Amino acid sequence: MLSALVLIPAATAVLCFFTRSASLRRALLLGAAACHAGISLATWFRQPGDAWNGALRLDAIGQPFLSVLSALFLVAAVYAVGYLRRESPGVREDFLEGFRFTNAPEAVFTGCLLFFLSTMTLVILSENLGLLWIAIEATTLSSAPLIYFHRHHRSLEATWKYLMICSVGIGLALLGNFFLAVAATSATGGSVPLSIHALCERAATLHTPWLKAAFILLLVGYGTKMGLAPLHTWLPDAHSEAPSVVSALLSGALLNCAFVGILRVFQICVAAGLGPYAQGFFVWFGLLSIGLAAAFLLAQRDYKRLLAYSSVEHMGILALGLGLGGTAAFGALLHAVNHSFAKAMLFLLAGNILAAYHTKSVSEVRGVLRRIPVTGVLWIAGLLAITGSPPFGTFVSELLILRGALEQGRFWIAAMYLGLLTVIFIGMAATMTRMAQGFPPQTAGASEPREGSMAIVPPLALGLVVLLLGIYLPPPLDAVLHRAALALGAR
Amino acid sequence: MRVLLDTAMVLLVFTNLRLLGLSRINASIRTVAAQGVLLGLVALASHAGAWNARILLIAAVGIAIKGVAFPLLLFRALRAAKIRREVEPFLGYIPSVLAGVAAFLLSLGIAARLPLPGRPPSDLIVPTALTTMLVGLLVIVSRKKALSQALGYLVFENGIYVFGVGVAYEAPALVEMGVLLDVFVAVFVMGIIVFHIAREFDSIDTTRLATLKE
Repeated sequence: MLSALVLIPAATAVLCFFTRSASLRRALLLGAAACHAGISLATWFRQPGDAWNGALRLDAIGQPFLSVLSALFLVAAVYAVGYLRRESPGVREDFLEGFRFTNAPEAVFTGCLLFFLSTMTLVILSENLGLLWIAIEATTLSSAPLIYFHRHHRSLEATWKYLMICSVGIGLALLGNFFLAVAATSATGGSVPLSIHALCERAATLHTPWLKAAFILLLVGYGTKMGLAPLHTWLPDAHSEAPSVVSALLSGALLNCAFVGILRVFQICVAAGLGPYAQGFFVWFGLLSIGLAAAFLLAQRDYKRLLAYSSVEHMGILALGLGLGGTAAFGALLHAVNHSFAKAMLFLLAGNILAAYHTKSVSEVRGVLRRIPVTGVLWIAGLLAITGSPPFGTFVSELLILRGALEQGRFWIAAMYLGLLTVIFIGMAATMTRMAQGFPPQTAGASEPREGSMAIVPPLALGLVVLLLGIYLPPPLDAVLHRAALALGAR
Repeated sequence: MRVLLDTAMVLLVFTNLRLLGLSRINASIRTVAAQGVLLGLVALASHAGAWNARILLIAAVGIAIKGVAFPLLLFRALRAAKIRREVEPFLGYIPSVLAGVAAFLLSLGIAARLPLPGRPPSDLIVPTALTTMLVGLLVIVSRKKALSQALGYLVFENGIYVFGVGVAYEAPALVEMGVLLDVFVAVFVMGIIVFHIAREFDSIDTTRLATLKE
């Protein structure tokens, strides 16, 4: 069951590379996405056994992230099919600078999209830190061609930055894995399988200085991929230059995968009694990320970059929640789920706006509500969802993190957290409502743009999920998140 | 064998310092190739007396990829890009070499604080690995040509490899093979991107890649 989750997308990806017919490729994409979603839905009803000699295992931490990934990918696949239909092949003109460029072949795009799904699934299911590392590295490599879909110099720059910064980060994480192996060898002497389960069991015997060093390296390494400030510099570029559907997956799914990597390491630290040591780092990385994102959000001229910085903010919130522990750790896990849906929704809507206005500049987009009304309404709903307003799920999870801080009497942290969230709310609301209101400029786009159902239904579905999670948290999800929080040391 | 291993470590540090002082890119590629061959020897020497098929394979694949395949790939990219030397790096060559020496001293300091358990095959493993990594990072941030940055990344990975084969002697083969595989694909993808940068900008100067700034 678990190996099927990894292998089906990979096999379909290979098929896609060799398929000539565009419609067949799109059908394959949708089919693989539906299969993946079906299997991960089934895991809620029947606990799947381990696969690959225990290297693949679905535990309480993996379960919610796997479902988020499946749901998001299915929705993104539907949107991608609509997107690929609109993107006619051949030479096209750049919106911003007017030069001509081509897109990458569609076979490469679809294939890489499916490989991306396969590698992200592998990250979530890995029970072995070595395999986890390989999978995270593979996500970088399979997503780089996606960012470089539009073949021009800006996306090339973004791809180069992404590859360089994330590869160095992943290199540091590898060194962290080796340090962990040393920490384990010093106790037992024998061979060391880097199995998370086994490491947790004999965590007390791990050599502490090496374990601490390993934790820092892994945090910095996977933190780069997760977009924690000050290691986030690749993120705004990659998210703004990639096609919107790819941005949605990067923000909604890939950042989560890096977060899972960090959770695994944290799990071992907690078992070894180093929980408080690790949490100190999380709190500072978290606050720094939220603060830095707030600063860049306020004066942002490009709405896709705005959303990208908002991702940095939310990753900071996740780290902060983890650092506070207890109720806040549960809140952080729930927030990861909420953020994925809300952010993916906004990126897909940004794609609709980009298609209608042919610009990414905030100041040139006016009257979204009048020109493309459904997108406009959803855009405002998305704004409320991403800034954690009731009744959306993000409100609940952000409140839980605040409650965690107050319960522990860490009032300064709570005050900074609240203050920064307010600043971010004002910054994002000012920009995004200005885009929605007013009258659309007459010059841009002579023909009246239409909103196809394939561009509307995916973000609408995502928005409904966030809304639903705010009103009613399904008991199975609640139970799984509680078990995951327990594994992370919350009581 | 211990002498041989220590010698290889010292030579690795020398290749790092030499790389920092070079401006001609083809000489830099050759230096990195030499480093790749040295790494294969390190893998053999650090497991002296206990050679098995796995160690031999890792050493052979290491030499083949890091010593031969990558350099050839990069030479091809170099010819396609028609460049000869690095232009005005952000940090000059002599300061770079001095920074490399400082990195070595720093690594010795860190290594003294993290003693290896058991009896490591060489006391120089941790300092050499850290120096190589730091030098790789220095090259990445201080050079402008995309090709030089890719070289820096390779050197950085070499440092991790030294640590991997030298210290984590019992770590699963999965990790070691993963290193080789992923580096291979990483450089393959990077190689493609370098080609694209070359075509797009008629040079592989990353300072031209500066539209996306805050």
